[in-house]
Amino acid sequence: MTTRALTRGGLKLDTHKRRSTTHPLRAATTPEVLVLSVDQHAGSPAVPIVKPGDRVLRGQPIAEPGHGVSAWLHSPVSGIVRTIEPRPSALHRDPSVCIVIENDGANRVFEGQPQPRDDSPQALREHIARGGIVGLGGAIFPTGPKLLRAPERNAHLIVNGAECEPWISCDDMLMRERADQVISGAEIVCRALQAERCTIAVEDDMTEAAQALRAAAKQSKIVPEIVTVPSIYPAGGERQLITALTGHEVPSGKLPQDIGVVCQNVGTVAAVARWIRDGEPLISRIVTVTGSATKDPANLEVLLGTPIATLIADCGGYAAQPARLIMGGTMMGVALDHDRHVVVKGTNCIVAATHEDLEPPGPEMPCIRCGACAEVCPAFLLPQQLHRYVLAGELENLDRYGLIDCIECGCCDYVCPSQIPLVERFRAAKPELVRYLDMRGMAPLARASYEAREARLARLEAERQAQLAEKRRALASKFKNS
Amino acid sequence: MLVATLISAVFAAALASVLLRTTPREIARERLIEAVNAVLPQTQCGRCTFSGCKPYATALVDGVADINHCPPGGNATARLLADLLNRPYKPVDPQFGVTPAQPMVAWIDEEACIGCTKCIQACPVDAIVGASKFMHTVIAAQCTGCELCIPPCPVDCIHLRPTADVPRTAHSAS
Repeated sequence: MTTRALTRGGLKLDTHKRRSTTHPLRAATTPEVLVLSVDQHAGSPAVPIVKPGDRVLRGQPIAEPGHGVSAWLHSPVSGIVRTIEPRPSALHRDPSVCIVIENDGANRVFEGQPQPRDDSPQALREHIARGGIVGLGGAIFPTGPKLLRAPERNAHLIVNGAECEPWISCDDMLMRERADQVISGAEIVCRALQAERCTIAVEDDMTEAAQALRAAAKQSKIVPEIVTVPSIYPAGGERQLITALTGHEVPSGKLPQDIGVVCQNVGTVAAVARWIRDGEPLISRIVTVTGSATKDPANLEVLLGTPIATLIADCGGYAAQPARLIMGGTMMGVALDHDRHVVVKGTNCIVAATHEDLEPPGPEMPCIRCGACAEVCPAFLLPQQLHRYVLAGELENLDRYGLIDCIECGCCDYVCPSQIPLVERFRAAKPELVRYLDMRGMAPLARASYEAREARLARLEAERQAQLAEKRRALASKFKNS
Repeated sequence: MLVATLISAVFAAALASVLLRTTPREIARERLIEAVNAVLPQTQCGRCTFSGCKPYATALVDGVADINHCPPGGNATARLLADLLNRPYKPVDPQFGVTPAQPMVAWIDEEACIGCTKCIQACPVDAIVGASKFMHTVIAAQCTGCELCIPPCPVDCIHLRPTADVPRTAHSAS
């Protein structure tokens, strides 16, 4: 079955996926030293539970979840914790705390993994959380908390294999070579959610992946519906895909679970299968290493904490000096300043791009109000209008025009004839708007508390004065009488 | 009949204003203070040098304070105030403080807290609970991040944390 990719907007991009899918999936070189940031998931950072000098085994938990939404972190190798210190991070502006592990090469596996407390779906959800699994499609939201917040039963599970970024092929390769993991992961998540329906979405050019999935699904207990969507960027955006598959739009400010849908990336469900079926927590992931500046692009199975330089070396080294080194795709990824950064849970792709791959942006020109950005925006926004308000700092208007709903897909940037870095500006303006809206939301309660306190203080003061006056009167009448 | 009604209405209004000692001018002033207060963030931090948002609103309407003295409100609030009070817009004056980059709440290191109640007395929105010689804690859902609890703490066990780490719905945190 094929369905529409998007209800609106999007781009037909030239894909470069084939470059990295000629070789079968293989393991990357295991580095001597692995650097694991405790802040590589959405939510609050994990808290280290090991000390420098401790011996750790492969798969052993090394950090536990922090406040609220957070995730476990496990050691990808056996070895010694060399140090725990803040190090520069590719994802954050500020350095984040990293656990540095020296690999002893013995690859001894941790045996003490916890077991689910019983067979109930709730226990399964809690157990999935212990595996340190996060959304591997790029959003890095911890999977455990996501499932624990999902409806108790009857959710519609959508497994997202519609990998739409033009250079990334890690999900495609995963589905081709490990379709059984994807299907069995989907089965486990279905059980945890007590889901009635399961849909796996792939793009229409992933024929091999779809075939492999269909073959694997024959042996499975669940009957996932395998649906293809046209390869129009960003068909794999969570909200876009849900609308394409169900016909329902996730309302602004709500989550997919509010309309009974839970969306998981194919890599995420495969990681769930490895954890539940094989007892291996999330300690590695598939990374696409590509771009014209890479000699021999490929998909590698990489341990978390492996330096980018190691992956490049595994792919034959640099073919040319990369003009830009990007973590993630070319549309939504972040530029890296050097290749000593390490692979984190959310690293799906490394693009070592030349100027031919990615034309350097020209000088920014004024907005001519052509409206091309509004035509391609898959989130139904008006980027040119938002841009005006961002420049003017008009937060009320940014809220009214839905800046929060921007998925930062980069379509508007791509088509802008004036080369305005729209998404960069939107991304920068979001925290300010979030704070402003939080403040506005807090105001009525804060005002009521303040007024109640003022009234209470005034009343207490009046009572005190009345008591004083009473005492004075009593004293005065005492003197008069004596 | 209509004339009689009108006359009695005017008479009643005049009587009311005499009885309540409010002139139309004062009523207008009160309304404007209310409108200005509604725009202010209600952080009650006092960074504007007034004791809270309502006193600052009063000073604004009376013309004794400028529109750019509210860092929590930021430039967006300064703009709203400029519109409301018909004065030229200017960005927030940094001498009153910086607009925080993200929502913050106070957080007490409960192991270090000695239970002195000084922060409880300083909190303008009653967002700290505790009793003398008992541990105190911040109700994140009610904290405006005004920072007024920080200076009185004798053991420096209070600091601000982003709401991303300490969600406002802290009660339901797993």
